[in-house]
Amino acid sequence: MLLIHCPCCGVDRPEIEFRHGGEAHIARPADPSALDDHQWADFLYMRSNPKGVTAERWRHVHGCGRFFNALRDTVSDRFLAVYRTGEPRPDLDAASTGMEGGK
Amino acid sequence: MSQPHRTPATGRIDRSVPVTFTFDGRTLQGFAGDTLASALLANGIHLVGRSFKYHRPRGILTAGSEEPNALVGVAKSAAAAAAGQSVPNLRATQVEIHEGMVVVSQNRWPSLAFDICAVNDRLAPIFVAGFYYKTFMWPKSFWNSVYEPFIRSAAGLGKAPTAPDPDRYANRYAHCDVLVAGGGPAGLAAALAAARAGGRVIIADEQGEFGGSLLHETGATVDSKPATDWVASAVAELAGNARVTILPRTTVFGYFNQNFVALAERVTDHLAAPDPSLPRERLWQVRARQVVIATGAIERPLVFPENDRPGVMMAEAARIYAGRFGVLPGEEIVVATACDSAWVAALDIAEAGGKVAAIIDMRPDPGAALVARAREAGIRIETDCVVTGVLGKKRVKGVLIGRRKASGVVAAGEISCDCLLMSGGWTPNVSLHSQARGKLDWQPEKGAFLPGDPVQAQRSAGSCRGVDGLAAVLADGAAAGAQAVEAATGTPAPVPDFPATGGEAGSGWWLGTVPHDRNAARVRAFVDFQNDVTAKDVKLAVREGMHSIEHIKRYTTTGMATDQGRLSNMNALSIASSALDNQIPQVGLTTFRQPYTPVTFGTLAATSRGDLFDPVRRTPIHPWAAEKGAAFEDVALWKRAWYFPGPGEDMHKAVERECRIVRESVGIFDATTLGKIEVVGPDAAEFLERIYTNPWKKLGVGRLRYGLMLNEAGFIIDDGVVGRLAEDRFHVTTTTGGAPRVLALMEDYLQTEWPDLEVWLTSTTEQWAVVAVQGPKAREAIAPLVDDIDLSTDAMPHMSVREGHVMGGIPCRLFRMSFTGEAGYEINVPPSRARQVWEAVFANVERLGGCPYGTETMHVLRAEKGYIIVGQETDGTVTPDDVGMSWAIGKKKPDFVGKRSLARPDLVAEGRKQMVGLLTKDATTLLEEGAQVTVEAEPARRTPALGHVTSSYVSPAAGRPIALAMIANGRARMGETLHVPMPGGAIAVEVVSPVFVDPEGNRLNV
Repeated sequence: MLLIHCPCCGVDRPEIEFRHGGEAHIARPADPSALDDHQWADFLYMRSNPKGVTAERWRHVHGCGRFFNALRDTVSDRFLAVYRTGEPRPDLDAASTGMEGGK
Repeated sequence: MSQPHRTPATGRIDRSVPVTFTFDGRTLQGFAGDTLASALLANGIHLVGRSFKYHRPRGILTAGSEEPNALVGVAKSAAAAAAGQSVPNLRATQVEIHEGMVVVSQNRWPSLAFDICAVNDRLAPIFVAGFYYKTFMWPKSFWNSVYEPFIRSAAGLGKAPTAPDPDRYANRYAHCDVLVAGGGPAGLAAALAAARAGGRVIIADEQGEFGGSLLHETGATVDSKPATDWVASAVAELAGNARVTILPRTTVFGYFNQNFVALAERVTDHLAAPDPSLPRERLWQVRARQVVIATGAIERPLVFPENDRPGVMMAEAARIYAGRFGVLPGEEIVVATACDSAWVAALDIAEAGGKVAAIIDMRPDPGAALVARAREAGIRIETDCVVTGVLGKKRVKGVLIGRRKASGVVAAGEISCDCLLMSGGWTPNVSLHSQARGKLDWQPEKGAFLPGDPVQAQRSAGSCRGVDGLAAVLADGAAAGAQAVEAATGTPAPVPDFPATGGEAGSGWWLGTVPHDRNAARVRAFVDFQNDVTAKDVKLAVREGMHSIEHIKRYTTTGMATDQGRLSNMNALSIASSALDNQIPQVGLTTFRQPYTPVTFGTLAATSRGDLFDPVRRTPIHPWAAEKGAAFEDVALWKRAWYFPGPGEDMHKAVERECRIVRESVGIFDATTLGKIEVVGPDAAEFLERIYTNPWKKLGVGRLRYGLMLNEAGFIIDDGVVGRLAEDRFHVTTTTGGAPRVLALMEDYLQTEWPDLEVWLTSTTEQWAVVAVQGPKAREAIAPLVDDIDLSTDAMPHMSVREGHVMGGIPCRLFRMSFTGEAGYEINVPPSRARQVWEAVFANVERLGGCPYGTETMHVLRAEKGYIIVGQETDGTVTPDDVGMSWAIGKKKPDFVGKRSLARPDLVAEGRKQMVGLLTKDATTLLEEGAQVTVEAEPARRTPALGHVTSSYVSPAAGRPIALAMIANGRARMGETLHVPMPGGAIAVEVVSPVFVDPEGNRLNV
């Protein structure tokens, strides 16, 4: 079970308190009617699904209830950073908020 | 009752405490401290089971949890056995005997000694690897009906108990600085080092007693004490430290992400009469800052012909039985080995009083010191020799010897014996390191895979990482424990020194098949004992094209037994690499997976069974409905009253009566389970405007509107009635099952897409109980109870809401709305007053000739009106237009969730399935929900269906069965005759409007 750091509560909590929310940084278009069918289908269905670092949404549903974003390595399942909704994706080289099993 | 195979004096068993148990009905005696395996061996019993596939007689091979053969069924007592309460497939080497234990052997009929299915062994040539895939292919239909049932009954392990599990299981979460997996010398040293530095430590060992190899390393000393005394003092020191948790009989079985580690503790199985307050087993879920893996090494079998005969045993296992349990596994013992440790075993057994007839070493030149000691003990020594076969079927009678020559193996006679010990060297136990996603490094000089760099916060210590010799293992454990606690706490930790003598390092190993001079086509040498996989099977798999070790594993099932290949993997890999003509590291090892040893479902389920399996939600009206004899149905987690059968009524009659009474007079219905969300804030109307298809901004205060919710793809996901209580306050209702999903979706949009909106969402499902009153006399039924609300249609028309009080001051939100097509009200009151209000309303309802009704009647009444149920008419691919609800879409709204998708080509294309009504032509046949609808009565094969029946009921109002269906181009097919093909013949149906009752809606406004 993953141990996830909630940036709103400021604590590490087990995965069962959270719900995964899909890929992050896919903003709903401000005016969907301006998009053609192809662009709209892209927004609806196309996701990057990378092998490696992915930005994804989590919700601390059984805690503060807030959505937040996380960078996770899909190969090692390791969380590399967590950040609040609306904040830009952190630059990993600069980020040092990686979480280990130990201290 | 004697135990003829006991040593004169050795062992840690308590000879003053005899323990009586039965094995296949035979009463036997052991001593306190015995495992079932050691007690059976003390009684001279080697034959304990039949193998999985060939039903070959099998004996006790090991002394640990990796035991592949000695699987037995165990009951606590004769009474428990008679009651069908037993546990199958326990390893006799792990079971600690207690008074009255009842043990049965498995996979044999009629008896262990004479087993009918042993004929399988004669048929072995057809039961080769992959025989299922080759033999039982045709005809295809025979697989389910003939082949599989037959194979399942003939093959297999123990029988599942017939009675429900009477035991209790518990579950505990824990945190620690250092978790030590394994309580042998490395594990104890690590735990001591970590505990002395102040760390919170958990140490677990799968055996009943800590100490591991030290418990039978009889000549060794640690800290100048005999090894077992040092173990006792180490355990006492740990037990005296409040920051240390000591868990015997506890297997670290799963290593998950971020040092989340699962342990199974067997709490009471070893006790004849356990404290009833104790659980049988306990699941520990530990989040450890650091883990020290000290799981030791496992001795490897030699793969020679007939190496599976009862009486063939691992050399170290025999040493354990002699040194720790005081049991000699044979009268005449021969040792076949490729390594030093088996010599030590032979010498220890001889010293304990056993007769070792010979040591057969594959090596030309074993160490001179060992040879000298063996000579001194009078043991015949054969070097550069191999065992080429075993005489005897149900027990070893002798062994065939071959001498290794450059030209091959040459027969060199036979030695009679009743026990053959073997050792191909040691396999470091890397299971947990591998589970923790650590890579493995191949060490050619050791013939072993060792743990590579860890991925998680863990380190291996002792012989599981190839460290050999007691002193080195202790030092390695101490260093690992100190490093782990330092990494976990940040405090420097000294490395304690545990000087030791004895338990010297040895050398020598062998991988793969042992060469022999026998006819290769006629002999079988077993690689995986439990799954009956032979060396030939592995080679055959390679010949038949399995070139990946993962394919070879699955094709032959080698390494898939309960030991997870701990005994067999290295030999299988070696044989496969030779057959593939490739190097071992290139072929690679299969992945070790959880669980390390089998874990009972009871442990994993813990208290989540019966009533506690899933939470159950009950409304405040539930007890009343139960008293009235209601039948209940599950809707999401809720129990809902389904129907209220009167005397002599079945469901059909009860529903027919309830429906008629609601339409004629009045019915009372518990609608408490509907989801409710309070949407509040200056932007509440704007928020709903974006979430629902409908327009909300112009909805007046005190008015209700039916709301339809889509997902972004344009498909219906929920619906419900929404009331505006104030400019900035809405009472939203959702479907019973959809409430959490809808609230989560609303939160998602509010938090992540429109954080600028000032809106607050609160789940109020549990804050309002809902008494629904429906029917022409609904107003009459509630009017006497309402304190301060004008109920006249002028003052409170259909689809309106008022806040007020009932019954002298009980606050309520009164909705005038209908899900039946009749005039009706829903009285929302606090749950604490719900039953009081319900009973008062019911008294009026009853006086007016009304009745309570359940969800089935609710379904019929709404279907008669063509009202949809989300999830019944819709299935996640249905748009508002598909169900004739374009009217619910706010045409002037620039945007709402799902709007853009409604213009996608697929969603506006001709030929979409549309909701219609269906009437069976004979006016009596009730269609089946889910049935397909076609144009032709007997459509040609591969003709796609037009759609399917979504709802079907006998309608009292229509006086006949009615149905709703989703049919391609349905609205253009009104009056057409279609067909519903069924096994008994096609049913002709007419396409009609989905509204069967009061299409004008006049009844709503009475």
